[in-house]
Amino acid sequence: MGAARTLTPPADLEAVATADRPARAGGAGRRSGPLTWVRRGGLSTLVFALPLLVVFGFFSWWPIVRAVVMSFQRTNLVKPATWVGWDNFRYVLTDPDLPVAIRNTAYFALLALVIGFPIPLLLAVLMSSVRRAKGLYSVLAYLPVVVPPVVAVLLWKFFYDGSADGVFNTILGWVGLGPYAWLSSPSLAMPSLVLEATWAAAGGTVIIYLAALIGVPGEVYDAAEVDGAGLWHKVWHVTMPQLRGVLFITFILQIIGTVQVFIEPFLFTGGGPANATQTILLMIYQYAFGRSLGGDYGAATALSVMLAAVLAVLSVLYFRLTASWSKT
Amino acid sequence: MTLPTRQRIRPPAGRDRGTRKGSGLEGDRGFVSDQDWRRPGVRRTLGGLHLVLLVLLVVIGVGPMLLLAKFAITPTQDIIRTPLAIFPHGIAWSNISQAWNDVQISRYFLNTVWVALGSWFVQLLVATTGGFVLSVLRPKWAALVNALVIATLFVPAVVLLVPLYLTVLHPPVIGTSLINTYWAVWLPAGASAFNVVLMARFFDSLPREIFEAARVDGAGPFRLFASIVLPMSKPILGVVSVFAFIASWKDFLWPMLVLKNPDIQPLSVRLPSIAAQTDLGVFLAALAISTLIPVLLFIGFQRLFLSGAGLGGAVKG
Repeated sequence: MGAARTLTPPADLEAVATADRPARAGGAGRRSGPLTWVRRGGLSTLVFALPLLVVFGFFSWWPIVRAVVMSFQRTNLVKPATWVGWDNFRYVLTDPDLPVAIRNTAYFALLALVIGFPIPLLLAVLMSSVRRAKGLYSVLAYLPVVVPPVVAVLLWKFFYDGSADGVFNTILGWVGLGPYAWLSSPSLAMPSLVLEATWAAAGGTVIIYLAALIGVPGEVYDAAEVDGAGLWHKVWHVTMPQLRGVLFITFILQIIGTVQVFIEPFLFTGGGPANATQTILLMIYQYAFGRSLGGDYGAATALSVMLAAVLAVLSVLYFRLTASWSKT
Repeated sequence: MTLPTRQRIRPPAGRDRGTRKGSGLEGDRGFVSDQDWRRPGVRRTLGGLHLVLLVLLVVIGVGPMLLLAKFAITPTQDIIRTPLAIFPHGIAWSNISQAWNDVQISRYFLNTVWVALGSWFVQLLVATTGGFVLSVLRPKWAALVNALVIATLFVPAVVLLVPLYLTVLHPPVIGTSLINTYWAVWLPAGASAFNVVLMARFFDSLPREIFEAARVDGAGPFRLFASIVLPMSKPILGVVSVFAFIASWKDFLWPMLVLKNPDIQPLSVRLPSIAAQTDLGVFLAALAISTLIPVLLFIGFQRLFLSGAGLGGAVKG
């Protein structure tokens, strides 16, 4: 057994070799028959790849293909699917709820950006200058991230109680503010959602920035100091430019994430009051699984495919734009 | 001229710092030099800011959790009337026992553990074996599979929701519906491109010579995997494990869709539906119980969490 194996060419050498002769790559292994293929480790490789191929095949690749197909079909679970062309897209685009949902989703993403983008950055830069018990700061900042979102939302829902005895209203009452209606006020509902979402997510971004800040080589600061740079100068002209790459990424990732907000509107308000927190994902959910409508899988996939396409176009444009910025 | 090179090597450097040495928190030096620190103005301002920051983190970051812990043992009437008073009418330990026994949180708790353990196992299995194929064995078709795996990173999760649901409802080949079985949660959890990429990148960083030496000594792929690659990958296995476990503990929408039978639902699915007909104090105790395991895991494995969270940025970037 051992002798046979030592004759086996190492797999990565093989990979290098095939890269050198791409034309023959397909036939080279199989030409000498299945037995050689097995002895060369083809079978065991396949065994190792099996979990990945099966799980991704069934639960990722196939559903992705199916999403595109289904958006052109009318599917209900009883009758076989029929092709309906662009009907689903037309139906979704003319749904009177869609403009509301788009506006609310954009509003949520914008608010989340305004509140949620500068705060972690500020926290991380300040935390990076802490000398003692740095770990404690990180642990405290990250703690809300590990709290299950459902628990966080249900707890905050209680905090947002609109009566004068609600937790937040009590606190604000100490300084003579309120009481506010929070979730049952059409104008305050969305900011309330954003506040909770920012609380839940900011810690993760802080840690990403901290890791990037640690990656800033000390010599860069040394050099700036030789040139007589003060603290502010160092933060603004050394730290920030060094973080630029990470900031670009977290910016677009945050938009992609917040546009797909679901748990907050679903559990806090269910889209209310007066549709003030109706979002795109809530619409998708209602098309497919909602109690009164529901079962309209075609419309749900059409809307999700459109959302994904918009996000993809947005990301591409964004990276085009930022690529030209980073060159200058 | 040196900067671009630095930026290119930063992710692996970050990984080494994060996982090998076990601490992701000590860097070269920050923007504040020792000289800056010696200036009294800087010392006072920064020191003051750090103190304010600490207080804010405790009040805003941890405050809600502390309040939840307090509510869990406060009589319902006090929670409603004076939520911020400190136990005006004593402590109600009964909230916890009622939640655990009468509301059957114990059962949903076990369901959650079971869901999380299964998801953890499937994710680890797929990520380690998949990463092994893509990084170490490298068959000819690895490049294609790798590209397909990475491509799924760019597909927003929402696109998968409905087709994945229908796949689980009527799976091809298997024939029997997975709805109301834990497989419906466990198996899709394994299709995490992030885990596979993370694992493959870590395997890439292992010294090839050791693999070669093992092969020369007659180790087949299974020996190589079990006795060499896995033992050398403990740091990344730890990171993927804690994140897999916690993510599954936090998951809500998917388990709600596929686990319709209340008896098998995990906490996150069950909590919103029991909210209305449960006594407030008992309900908040149930929330506190649901938070306990993730928070304890985080406190216990904070280095893995924090280095992993930083790593997330490095891989995405």
